[in-house]
Order: sequence, then C-alpha cells, then structure tokens
Amino acid sequence: MKNKIKYLLSLVVTFAAFGSVSAGELTVATVNNGHMIVMQELTKHFEEDNPGITVNWVTLDEGTLRQRVTTDITTKGGQFDIMTIGMYEAPIWGAKDWLEVLDFDSSYDVDDILPAMRGGLSANGNLYAAPFYGESSMIMYRKDLVANAGMSIPDNPTWGHIVDVVDAIHDPDNGVYGICVRGKPGWGENMAFITTVANSFGARWFDENWKPQLDTAAWHHAVSFYVDLLSTYGPPGSEANSWNQIMPLFNEGKCGMWIDATISASFLTNPEISKVHDQVAYAQSPVAVTNRGANWLWAWALAVPAGTQQKDDAIKFVQWATSKEYIELVAENKGWGNIPTGTRTSTYENQNFLNAANFADAELKAILSANPENSTQDPTPYVGVQFAAIPEFQAIGQAVGQHISEALAGQTTVEKALAAAQKAADREMKKGGYY
Amino acid sequence: MSKLDFKNFFDLRVTIIWIITLVYFFPIFWMFLTSIKTEMQSISIPPLLFFEPTLENFFIVQERTNYLKYAFNSIVTSVCSTILGLLIAIPAAYSFAFAPSKYTRDILLWMLSTKMMPAVGVLMPIYLITQKLGLLDTQLALIIIFAMMNLPIMIWMLFSYFREIPKEILEAVRIDGASTYQQIRNIVLPLSWGGLTSTALLSIVLSWNEAFWSINLTADDAGTLTALVASFSKPEGLYWAKLSAVSVMSCGPIIVLGWFTQKQLVRGLTFGAVK
Amino acid sequence: MSNLTRRLLLTPSVISLLLWMIVPLGMTLYFSFMRYNLLYPERFGFTGLLNYEFFLTDPAIWPSVLNTLLLVGFVVIITCILGITFAVLLQSPFRGRGIARVMLISPFFIMPTVNALIWENLFLNPVYGLFAFISTSLGLPVIEWLSELPLFSIIMMVTWQWTPFALLIFMTSLQSIDKEQIEAAEIDGASEWNKFVYLTIPHLLRPIAIVVMIQTIFHLSLFAEIFVTTSGGPGYQSTNVAFLIFAQALMQFDAGIASAGGVFAIILANVVAIFLIRQVGKSLML
Repeated sequence: MKNKIKYLLSLVVTFAAFGSVSAGELTVATVNNGHMIVMQELTKHFEEDNPGITVNWVTLDEGTLRQRVTTDITTKGGQFDIMTIGMYEAPIWGAKDWLEVLDFDSSYDVDDILPAMRGGLSANGNLYAAPFYGESSMIMYRKDLVANAGMSIPDNPTWGHIVDVVDAIHDPDNGVYGICVRGKPGWGENMAFITTVANSFGARWFDENWKPQLDTAAWHHAVSFYVDLLSTYGPPGSEANSWNQIMPLFNEGKCGMWIDATISASFLTNPEISKVHDQVAYAQSPVAVTNRGANWLWAWALAVPAGTQQKDDAIKFVQWATSKEYIELVAENKGWGNIPTGTRTSTYENQNFLNAANFADAELKAILSANPENSTQDPTPYVGVQFAAIPEFQAIGQAVGQHISEALAGQTTVEKALAAAQKAADREMKKGGYY
Repeated sequence: MSKLDFKNFFDLRVTIIWIITLVYFFPIFWMFLTSIKTEMQSISIPPLLFFEPTLENFFIVQERTNYLKYAFNSIVTSVCSTILGLLIAIPAAYSFAFAPSKYTRDILLWMLSTKMMPAVGVLMPIYLITQKLGLLDTQLALIIIFAMMNLPIMIWMLFSYFREIPKEILEAVRIDGASTYQQIRNIVLPLSWGGLTSTALLSIVLSWNEAFWSINLTADDAGTLTALVASFSKPEGLYWAKLSAVSVMSCGPIIVLGWFTQKQLVRGLTFGAVK
Repeated sequence: MSNLTRRLLLTPSVISLLLWMIVPLGMTLYFSFMRYNLLYPERFGFTGLLNYEFFLTDPAIWPSVLNTLLLVGFVVIITCILGITFAVLLQSPFRGRGIARVMLISPFFIMPTVNALIWENLFLNPVYGLFAFISTSLGLPVIEWLSELPLFSIIMMVTWQWTPFALLIFMTSLQSIDKEQIEAAEIDGASEWNKFVYLTIPHLLRPIAIVVMIQTIFHLSLFAEIFVTTSGGPGYQSTNVAFLIFAQALMQFDAGIASAGGVFAIILANVVAIFLIRQVGKSLML
C-alpha cells in the first residue's frame, strides 16, 4: 500500500511539473462573450501562420475575469500573456506602466481605429490596449408598436418625448412593457445606464475637487426619473434585470423599447432567436438638459501585461486579433453580420457590412458622438462617460448601484438611497486620499 | 405481485415519500432536461416537457474547451488531496482515539475551528505564498489546499470510527510486539474500513465541488471542472442549455460516484453519533 | 503507547494545520494594519487601526453579521426538520426505497456554484423561470425571488443542497435504534407520534448536534451562492460577512481592509465556536 501511495505522489509531482510554461505558449484570459468564443475558434489560423506559437485560453464570466486579471497584474502573478480588459482598466493600468505599450507595424493602420476608442484605451499618448470590439448605447424600439400608437421617434429625441412614446406603447395586459433598461446593481450594470441619464440631466460624479456629487439636485432628478420610469413602464423584476435578462424579453416581444449597448442590435435582428427581428428600429440616446454624455462608450480590448516573457509573440497575437484582416476572417467564416464592430472606421465603410447590419449607421453615430474627456455639463477631473476612470470607482459604482436598486425595488426612497450613496462615495474617496 | 406489495402500493406513507422524492429531485432532472434542449427551447413558455432532444450542447462544450483536461484535473486534485489528507489524518486520529490526553478535546476543537475562516479573508496571503513558491496554476497547490481544508473533518470522522474499536484487541497485539505501524495497518484500518471509505468519499466530494481556490489559483493548466463551469456562466446571449450541459458534465461523475457508494455513505457518515 | 509515539503521530497534522492557519493568519493580521490597496502598490505602508475603522464603520457590517447568523440559523433548523422527516419516512422498507434514497441524497453532490446557477436561471427567473410559470398558471402574481426575497432564496438553495447531508446522518443513526424497545412500545399500544417523540427524537439528539455543528462550520463562510445570484443585494439584504470581505478584497481590491475583515470574521467564528461548538462538542467527545 505504501508503495502505491509513493507512486501516486510521484505521479502528482510529475503532473505539477507539466504545468510550467514552455516557450511559444501564450495564455489568454478572456470573457465568455460570443465574439471572444469566435476568436478562440479562429485562432487556429493564427497558429498555422505562426508555427511554434500555441495559444491557450482561460475563459471566464465577466466578474470573475476582472478579479482574476486584476489580482494577477497587481501581484505580478504572470499567469497570463494577454488579458482582455475594458476601457475602464486600460488608462489606469497603462498610466501605472503595468501594461506594455502596443507598437504595431504599419500594416496595422492604427489611424483606422475610431478616435474615441483609441483615446479611451490610451494613457499619456500611448496605446496600451487594442480594441477588440466596441460599443456605445442607443435606443432600440419596436417600430410597429410606435407606428400603431400614432407616434414617431426622431433621430435625436428628448427624454420628454421618449416618455410620451413609452406611455403610448405600454400595454402590460397584452404582455408589452413600455421600456426595459438595466436594474441589476453594479457599476457596469445599472450604473452604466443611470450615469448616462444623469449626465444628460446635468449631473456629474465628482466636482473639480473630487467631491462626490450624488446629493445634488441634478442626481436627484435623474434617479427619481429613472425609478419612476421603470416602476411605471418596466417589466416585473426590473431591479434584477441586466443585459442577459432583457435581451430575451425584447426578442419575445415583451419590450416596446430598450436603451442599451449598440451591439444588442445584432441579437435583436437575428431571426433565429428573435420573434421581432424585422420590427426593430434605432435612435440616438435621449437627452434632457444637455446632449453631453447621453450615450456610453465601452470597448473590450486586448492588452499585454508588463513583464511577460513572451512580449513579442503576445503583441503579435493582439495585432492579429484586432486587425482588419481578422475582421475579414470572421466575415468569411461567420458572415458579415457577426463581425466584431465598433473599432475601425473601415468597418463602417464596407458595403458588405452595411448590408448585413441595419444598425451600422446608428451605432457609428453613437460611438462618434461619445467623448470620454467631456461628457458632463459641468467640468470634471475624470475621464469616462458612464464611469470615472479612477481605481475607487468600482467600489463606488457598486455601492451606489446597490442603493439605487433598492430604491427601484421600493424598499427605500430615492432621497435616502442617494444620501446613503453619497456617504459611501465620500468614504471611498477619503480612503483613497483625495481629500 | 403479492398481496402485500399491492397493498403497499397504495400505502399513504409510500405515496407521500414518492411525491416528496420526485419534487426534491426535480431540479436535477430539470437541469438534465434543459441540457438536451436547444437554447430557444430552454426559455420557452410554457416550459417544454416533451421535445426532440439534442446533444448539440454537449458537442459545443467539448468543441470550445478541453473537457477531458478539466475532468482529469478534478480527478487528480480530489483523489490526491484525499490520499494526502488520509496520510496525515490516520496517525492523528489513532493517537486521539487510543492515547487520549487531557488536551485531546481542545486540539480537536481547535482543528475544527480552522475551518471557519472564510476563504476570501485569506485569499491574498494564500495567493502570494502560492506565487512565491511557484505553485500558481499547478495541481500540487490545489492538492495541498484541499487536503488542509478537509483535514479537520477527516481527523474527526476517523477519530470517531477508531474509538469504536475495542482497546483490548490492540493491547493483545501490542503484547505480541506489534509496532504502531503494524497495529494501524493490520488491526485499525481493516476494522474501520467502512469509516475509512466514507471519510475518503466525503473528502473527494468536497474537493471536487470546491470553487473558490480552484478558480482563483489556476489559469490554463490546472483548472478543474468548477473553473469550466465558470467559463459558461452568464455570457451575453442565451446560455441556459449550454450551462446545463456543462453542469451535467461536471456534476455527473461525482453524482454517479455518490449513487454507487450511497450504501457506504449511509452506513459510514456517523461522526461518532452512534454508540 | 509512549508519549513520544503519541506526539510523533500527531505531529504531521498539528504542524500542517498550524502552518495552514498561522501563516495566512499572521499575514492577514500584518496586512490588516497596512495600507494595502492592490491598485496602489506604491502606497503600501503602516496605517494603524484605520483598516479596522473603515471595516467596522461600513454601513453593511451589522446587516451582514445579522444575515450571517440568520442564514446559518435558518438553514440548520430547516435541514434538521426536513432531514428527520425524510429519514423517518424512509425508515421502514418499501418497494424502491433504494432508488428514493439515491434521489433524495443527490443534491448533496451538486457543485454549489451549479446549484446557484440552476436555481437562479431555470427556477427563479421572473420571466422564464419555472416558478414564474407556475405562479402565472395558478393566476398568482409572479414573485421576483432574488430581489423581493433574496435571503430566503439563498436559504432555499442551501437547504436544498444540505438536507441530504442531514438525511444521511439521521438515516445512519436510525439504523441503530433499539428495535426491541419499539416493539415493546407497540405492544403497549403507543401511537406513531408517541413513538416518534419518546423514542426516535431522544435517539437522534447526538446526530442533531453533529448536523448543527458541521453545518455551522460550513455555512458561517457561505459564499458561492451569494456571489452567483444576488451579489449581496438588493441593498445589503443578502450580504453576509464572507461576501462583505469579498467585496472589499476583490471588488475594491483593498487587501488591507479585507484583512481587517478577515480578522473580524475569525473573531466572529470563535464567538460562535465558544457558544455553540464547545457545548455541542462537549456532549460528543469523551
């Protein structure tokens, strides 16, 4: 028996030794979204073109991925050669020199990348992460319902007009709710949407001295408006709804309108999963007192952590996966309707894509109108439309999101929720040493 | 069918049992059923009970990931951590059972209390230690952690089985000159074989299902099935059917093991509660 | 057996558990006095009791302690009641008992993350979930489980998973119940209820103590179910101490405050240990 155990233990040690990284192996950490799954599938082309390099994948859900890559990069864990990060992390990590500067050769055509995307992923003038796909937010609505109600939506509507339309198409007895938007707490969930509403109501996260502004009248208006809108015209359970819950709702024909990521359009117009695929129309996000910051800007991007032993191979992969050629490769294999969008000007000049995606114009217009450097009526010290690109923001956004979802669920008032939110934000900023 | 069985069939108690059992088992059945639906069928209202089954989701999971690698890691980490745990626990339990001192109870309680520290509270220390030792993303790191995690429970279970063995038997062989190792090997282990196997089974189950460390300390090489589940949890788009499929593939082996060994578990999980 | 042998035999377990406990605990204690935000490695330095101050003045702290105790308490009570009920029902043989037993203990083998994902999506989803369908078919309003009854939903998931554990232990224990005593009681004309109250329950006291103790140990640091389903919300309604620490450690990346939280959790666990485990433990050992 003892010999057997010895044998087993030695076996274990052998397996453990297997684990060490061998040259030419790239480990990519990524989100389990559809575009990344396609990238994983098509990587065999990259491996064929670059003999000697093999690519391994660690695919996780968004929340877990964010924790894993942040722990790894801050402790120099070195488990990943390429990380999928968002527009929130890129400028912060880049400024701290945790990421390699991405210098691509001229064939990459870096000037083709949409300026808003390039700006949002750079720090100190260097590009630290290459956009894999990008998005803004816009209105997606059922043109049949709006027409039946005798209404119309202009390309740049106001919130006042949108409420009228929503009221006209709201028909819960027949299972149609006027509007669906995110309610699930989280800085990338309900707060992404709420911040765009707040921006257009003239609010801002922080003043020039980094003092949180959640107790101001503008925030109060915006959040009261959001809570009223969603509790009057939203589907049941809105405080738990995120993108994943709303998308099938809309596809089942239960939502008259949805304001969310532009990329959602490709799901709503897919006849295989959508019962309303031929009735979807688009408009730019509604505005109230200012047209700044009414629509968000986000990108999932690939970055190379500083200190990886395979910097050159890693950058080579990032260049491949975010190139024009990659987009064409996806089109060849999956069709033009399924390419990763929102990154390059050339994508929106391609007639094949424009034919396959009826949302292309609206999406491009939304992305071009977003400006992370100037997204609020009053000046702010931070960058970002639906977030503030500072390390403290995740915690603040999470806490504020929790309080607002509680107000939406009717368990507290907007007033109390915002007071608690202001207190939480104030604590975090104090802790961060801002004042 | 004998008369007695026929009567039994209508027995109220038996009817109640079967209703409870079916309701209780239903979530697992429903998970399995969802795994052989298409994504559209999985969110259909009313929910579908009868449909044309498809194995598509299982193929998708296998295509996207290397299921066997994850399954292999799960097997290696749970089995090896159990063996390591037993190697440490058996001598300790033997000593507690056959040579108790006035500190025995306190040591046992202290051991159990180490289990109450939330894993998240020590994530950074463990992560940094693992990193310094170069054990990030290795099976060895998980094996050691799982063994430590389950050790208190294992010692306690074994202690309770060993206590049932009459001391006189050990006295007798000791007089014959048997060493401690011989006593454990020839007397204690054979006499508490049932307890030993149920201890091992419980440890395997707990290690197999552990999700926090196996996600946070692994990347590509040592990921276990709980990490595989995480890669199918909550993506954008419809995912219930694929999630169900990956769940069936990940929980399947351990459920089947549980089914085959349930007699053993029913006899063995006493924790010293039976005198 | 000599003292030396006894110590030698204990050494591996004591040393390994000591290392397992002391090293991380020591580092946790150390970090808890340090300013240590992963996102600001350059600011690392001594900060006194500031981390404790921030953790203990977090508005979520007392709700989370209460939720921790509620979670443990309710899960333990419900699993014991259900476990005893199932065990008694399964006590005498019937056709297919083996299969019923297998089906009833199966949830124990499901991964906690899978358990939570399956419940959250297939059952509790307010639009496509099975519960919503059942409510609508019966003409009842749809319950939004995870936002209206977050803590209850978590208790339900954990109870479903752990009742089989209680059942296993109670079943084992009932096998050794004194058959002659029961027969004697039957001859005396005792009712089923009286047999249950005066024979079965006293026989099960020790196993109940075991179930309470082991489940308390496991559920004090319950985490996966909350992480997957409610993220502690809405508000703090389903935040327990483990999740609060997690929020500090991995959502705010503040290892200093998370360590202070870890120390707090260890103290909390030991308070529980003194009041509960020692009492239960005393009745079990020696």
